[in-house]
Amino acid sequence: MNNINVLKPRRENFQTYLYVGSGLIFVSIFDVILRSFFSLNFSSFLPGILNLFFPLIIGLVGLQMIRLEYSGNRIVDKINESVNNNTFNAGLTLLIIFLTLLATPPALNWMIFDATISGDTKEACVGSEGACWTYIKVWFRRFMYGMYPNEFHWRINTAFMILIGFAFVGYFMRGKLKNYITFYYAIFYPIIAFIIINFLISGGSFGLEWVETNAWGGLSLTFIVSFFGLIFCFPLGMILALGRRSELPVIRYISIGYIEFWRGVPLITVLFMSSVMFPMFLPSDAFVDKLIRVIAAIILFEAAYVAEVIRGGLQALPRGQYDAAKSLGMGYWRMQIFVILPQALKLVIPGIANTFLALVKDTPLIFVVGLSEVVGMLQMAKTNPKWLGFAMEGYIFASILFWAICYAMSKYSQYLELKYKTER
Amino acid sequence: MLTLLFVVSVIGFFTINAQLNMDERGIDFGFGFLNQESSFDVQFSLIEYDGSHSYAKAYLVGLLNTILVSVLGIIFCTIIGVIVGVARLSPNYLIRNTAAWYVEFFRNVPLLLQIFFWYYAALRALPLPENTEPLFGVTYLTVKGYYIPRLIWENFDILLYSILAAIISIVVIKNYAKKLQEEKGQQLPVFLISVGLLLLFPAITFVTGMVQLKVALPVLKQLSKTSFIYADGISVPPELLALVLALSLYTATFVAECVRAGIQGISKGQKEAAASVGLTPNQILKLVIMPQALRIIIPPTTNQYLNLTKNSSLAAAIAYPDLVLVFAGTALMQTGRAIEIVSITMLTYLTLSLAISLLMNWYNKKIAIKEK
Repeated sequence: MNNINVLKPRRENFQTYLYVGSGLIFVSIFDVILRSFFSLNFSSFLPGILNLFFPLIIGLVGLQMIRLEYSGNRIVDKINESVNNNTFNAGLTLLIIFLTLLATPPALNWMIFDATISGDTKEACVGSEGACWTYIKVWFRRFMYGMYPNEFHWRINTAFMILIGFAFVGYFMRGKLKNYITFYYAIFYPIIAFIIINFLISGGSFGLEWVETNAWGGLSLTFIVSFFGLIFCFPLGMILALGRRSELPVIRYISIGYIEFWRGVPLITVLFMSSVMFPMFLPSDAFVDKLIRVIAAIILFEAAYVAEVIRGGLQALPRGQYDAAKSLGMGYWRMQIFVILPQALKLVIPGIANTFLALVKDTPLIFVVGLSEVVGMLQMAKTNPKWLGFAMEGYIFASILFWAICYAMSKYSQYLELKYKTER
Repeated sequence: MLTLLFVVSVIGFFTINAQLNMDERGIDFGFGFLNQESSFDVQFSLIEYDGSHSYAKAYLVGLLNTILVSVLGIIFCTIIGVIVGVARLSPNYLIRNTAAWYVEFFRNVPLLLQIFFWYYAALRALPLPENTEPLFGVTYLTVKGYYIPRLIWENFDILLYSILAAIISIVVIKNYAKKLQEEKGQQLPVFLISVGLLLLFPAITFVTGMVQLKVALPVLKQLSKTSFIYADGISVPPELLALVLALSLYTATFVAECVRAGIQGISKGQKEAAASVGLTPNQILKLVIMPQALRIIIPPTTNQYLNLTKNSSLAAAIAYPDLVLVFAGTALMQTGRAIEIVSITMLTYLTLSLAISLLMNWYNKKIAIKEK
């Protein structure tokens, strides 16, 4: 007990404790910095295990000595409150700081100081200890466009530009046109998108060369698959959600069966089904493109998830909304479209965003049918005999790419949630 | 009526086409192929299996491997998820933010990418068996897999009986303690007694020599001039390691969010009310906070377990012999029976999902508020 009393600061001579404590903390952090950045170890005179834990012990003692509530020093109070409220937390704090310090130099060396980005061949990277960003640089176009012929990449770019342009049309709709905004996005926009992608990316007419879907790939394929997935699974999910709450038993049971079935099976088997089982169900002379089959499978699959999310919103609405709409003489569809769905959808924005995020993260699975988007292209690049041994760089690149896309989407959904939040 | 007609006609259209297609290819619908000899080998199997066994057995091998991955993943993701979820509510700024960054990063990177990362990049960086330093003294983490000691039991069933006996006596004591508390207000240290019994009963069987345990340590063995492995121990293949790592780290982020929401969902008043009744902090946690938080945590967590089980099918991507790879992959290639095999696979996953959700519903109902 005596020991603890010595370490516990007293209010009368807190200044002394503060100086000694922060001195000890400084020494401990300094020791770790020396170890990690300059590989010096000034406490090496201590025996084995004590040497290893020297900074931790010193730091703990130091933190112990400055822990005093309402010490009169704002910085110390802040530190105590946020990272130093008891011994356990103090230890974890020190561990996190030390591990970060220890991990920084090797990580920085690998990623920046020893890394190579010059040159166009593997030879540029031979002999260097660090990452080989040359690999990413050389393969960048493949990761973006897949095996799509280099000279036609402008077609993909233009198509995406036009699509983004059309997406903003709704933003400029004013007055009477604004009533048709939903109609535009739900029906007109997908048709435009399909036409553009069909004629511009796929080609085959207007003097544009035909590029088969096997050659599509990379990030652009991720975008195409998730774009059509998003656009079509939403209305289908909405219908299923309404069907599940329908008063007609036939419709209700069909919807329940559909939803529970798709939610119970993994996407990978659904894709298997679309590639090996689905052709058996079509007339033998009918041919549906692989990409369309895959997108259809993803839509059918994700629609079940969207339906469950929307059902949550429908159930959360008070009964009064239904009764009020009916008492105004609205029919079923008018009630759903003008009263119920707008409110329900507003409630479930986070859930829908999560489902869409899941959809984007699921697109790499299309590798099972032989289509390769970013992750698929990585696997292809990894096994290329000219570029063996750079798996790590590729995965880090793709993780950052996907992380950025998904993070942006989740932030946007949070913004939407705030924007459409209505007080009740 | 119209919907029904539509659904029926679509199904009818598909069936007729399927019939025509199968006639054309000269295969007829049926599950007889399950008894045929499979004549392919599986790398990793929990039960005895080789090419001379039937397709049904191959299916079982795949199913068991899937269940193994799912169970391991569920255990680890629960542990990591609870720790991270609690850490996100820590008063410590650094811990809170580290946990938040972990969640933000791992949930926003596709699972397939994570599996590839662990399998092709991280685990490939491990040393070869002959250069490996032992981990915890007796286990070896090498590029060819993780080698752990094998436990060899003698009269294992007696040990099981002793554990069963311990559990029965614990139940009896628990009931007795409850009765004692209701009638006389006395409390028994039930937890201590249960732990003691659980240790005591198996210990007796060891001391009396009824059960014996031998440990087979992994030993380095030379296969050829340059190829080494560790023999005698259990070898966990790197595919399984990568899969369990990726699945549990990915799903743990979602579990962590469920745990956080559950704990935040309990109002401060509950804790204060319990304290003012005179409960100790431990009792507050055990009797007031946890039962209520669990009720919020369990349903979404069940969903995550289901997702994990379904996501374990990604094993096919790194050639871990799970249900999808063994059955929907190899067996389908060999027999060409697309409809039967894909539907069996889907039904299996459906059954697994339904089983887990039924189990969890039952548990959920047990701990739900009993409103009058």
